[in-house]
Amino acid sequence: MKTSVRVSSARNFAIAGNPNCGKSTLFNALTGLRQKIGNYPGVTVERKLGEFRGLHGEPMTLLDLPGTYSMQVRSPDEAVSRDVLLGKRKDTPRPDAIICVVDASNLERNLYLVAQILELELPVVVALNMVDVAEAAGIRIDVPALEQALGVPVIPMVARTGRGVVDLKAVLSDPARLKVGATAPMDPAFEREIRSLAENLDPNSPVAKIEAALWISQPVLDELPEPQRMWIEQSQTRLKSAGLDPFSAPVEARYDWIQELCADAVHRSGSESASVSDKLDTVLTHRLWGWVAFASMMALVFFSIFTVAAYPMEWIDTAFNALADAARAVIPAGDFQSLVADGIIAGVGGVVIFLPQILVLFFFLGLLEDSGYMARAAFIMDRVMSRVGLHGKSFIPLLSSFACAIPGIMATRTIENRKDRQVTILVAPLMSCSARLPVYALMIAVLLPMGSALEKAGILLVMYAIGTVAAFGMAWLFKKTLLRGDTPMLLLELPPYKMPVVGTVTLRMLERAKIFLVRAGTVIFALSILLWALATYPKLPADANPADALANSFAGQMGHAIEPIIRPLGYDWKIGIGLIASFAAREVFVGTMGIVYNLEDVDETSQSLIDTIRSQVGPDGLPVFTPLVCLGLMVFYVLAMQCISTVAIVRRETNSWRWPIFQIAYMTLLAYAGALIVYQGGRLLGFQ
Amino acid sequence: MMTLIAAKLLSDCKPGESGKIRSMEMDTASRQRLLEMGLLVGSRIDVIRLAPLGDPMEIKVRGYLLSLRKSEAGMIHIETV
Repeated sequence: MKTSVRVSSARNFAIAGNPNCGKSTLFNALTGLRQKIGNYPGVTVERKLGEFRGLHGEPMTLLDLPGTYSMQVRSPDEAVSRDVLLGKRKDTPRPDAIICVVDASNLERNLYLVAQILELELPVVVALNMVDVAEAAGIRIDVPALEQALGVPVIPMVARTGRGVVDLKAVLSDPARLKVGATAPMDPAFEREIRSLAENLDPNSPVAKIEAALWISQPVLDELPEPQRMWIEQSQTRLKSAGLDPFSAPVEARYDWIQELCADAVHRSGSESASVSDKLDTVLTHRLWGWVAFASMMALVFFSIFTVAAYPMEWIDTAFNALADAARAVIPAGDFQSLVADGIIAGVGGVVIFLPQILVLFFFLGLLEDSGYMARAAFIMDRVMSRVGLHGKSFIPLLSSFACAIPGIMATRTIENRKDRQVTILVAPLMSCSARLPVYALMIAVLLPMGSALEKAGILLVMYAIGTVAAFGMAWLFKKTLLRGDTPMLLLELPPYKMPVVGTVTLRMLERAKIFLVRAGTVIFALSILLWALATYPKLPADANPADALANSFAGQMGHAIEPIIRPLGYDWKIGIGLIASFAAREVFVGTMGIVYNLEDVDETSQSLIDTIRSQVGPDGLPVFTPLVCLGLMVFYVLAMQCISTVAIVRRETNSWRWPIFQIAYMTLLAYAGALIVYQGGRLLGFQ
Repeated sequence: MMTLIAAKLLSDCKPGESGKIRSMEMDTASRQRLLEMGLLVGSRIDVIRLAPLGDPMEIKVRGYLLSLRKSEAGMIHIETV
């Protein structure tokens, strides 16, 4: 079954491969910084397109296909990849040829995807990556024999060091060497059934047979309309009654073929002595040391987020304050000045300030991912996560959310299962992030002015615990109801440890940072203006004091309007203003309360603010901030969304407004219920 | 000479044990995923270790390391020789 098709000049390439085969490293080695990341129109699937030059300087494009073990479609992302490779997506041309990256040290399983891609009848080039690792493990690959058997060029390379990249380019630039290769022999009855199914599906399509072959072995056909679905099911039934399992027979045929060609092309020498990777694993997944290592690594990441990132955050804060002052100096006083300085600059600054945390977190996550440790972390934590129906991979995003939900939500991309990813995104903001600290600090100071550090830390810990328990509880609930689905199989590969490539890690970090700034930034920019307007209009005369002006604004009016709703929580309309103003960012609550109580330049440690809040009395002459109100308010902030940046990033990551709106709704309800239980429950028990 | 062939579930195997897959009984989609990862009837499996909490387990198949939950391993029948 060998065909030789020549391509006149290939320009559009796609790159495919298993996870952990070094595909991203090769993609970066070829394209450098010339990458464009966006979404396929109309779907949440990310499209990464790079540009590079061939051996003779000719421009070429490279489409990065998501890392996968199989061409069998199991998720919408994989459906998009399939459609691109079949040339069925109008927005992306069918590639002229496919670069298949394989890990030379793990050839058999890596060749499985190659075997399937060869069946697509497109020219293929095999990038035999990590030959250095294979050689170190005593595996020698006979490249000519492999080329002979596969019928396509095989380029030995080490993408990390750039070895072999020029050889690869030489093949890509030479149309004579790009050809359609051999395929695994299938049972004649299977071939016949594929042909007759292709006739039914679309006799005129050039890819009908390839498509039919893909469909016939697919167990779940939900995405298909009738009658196509019925035709495929009939084909499957006929094969089954002929004693041929359509789901397993082709897989077995491919592996038989691979085993045969590996027997000729792969030579193993030396005994299978324990590699460095094996030795590392005996420590890193050890019953005791595994936990120690895991906890230390997570502690290091956390420590860095809070300490290393703190300095640039300070600088950003200073810079934006200076920028706002400069704007005030340049623009004449008035609405426009206020819009620019207090609305836009302050609003955008309040978001950009998270950038250092995102960079630090993604740098560390990149190191952990690239080194192979991330899979071990998931391996260690899977037992805990599976209790609430989640995958071990959900652990890191949730942990990251203790620092900030934004990088946590962006880190959910490693979760393949769509429903699991959505559940993780939905609950991630319940983990108490660093932006809640100012609110906690203020309320704890009001609650326990004379409290010891231990008592204060105790309350803080309780708040973190409430958030964590709520996150896991809601995850369990969502998995049982809204996003019900079979618990996906774990099937997690534990790749050999390797030194991370700093360039790849940095590039990925910058990629995430850019997405955060550009995509989230636009939404945040618009919402900052809206919130500024709510807190500014309608205006009082310029000489009115800021507290009255705020009370008179839309935000103030909304504070009054929601008073009946928040009364059962023990709040007055002034707290209502704080809640509304901090809808965009929780920490704004502190500054807003300062304005409401007519104090200047306060933060959560300002004694004047703490004293003023403590001395507030309601119309009935009783204190407003009773212990129950303080505790209830903290619980409210533990559970409420109150973060525009998170809303924007959830919108971006789920590609719809449905999820962020649902998330705001459920979290606000949860927060209300939590605060209500604390306040009313506490009163029933006789507390104040 | 008599060969001792013991059949058991992969989930009952201890670290250090190895055997060949005899059958896999689960839903079609999951079974296909396992097959595609290289776990075919007749494939050799070495049990390497259990996670610190006792689940999931780590196995070696076709020269690479894979982890799967005990609930999944409980559907794979092994022949230890």
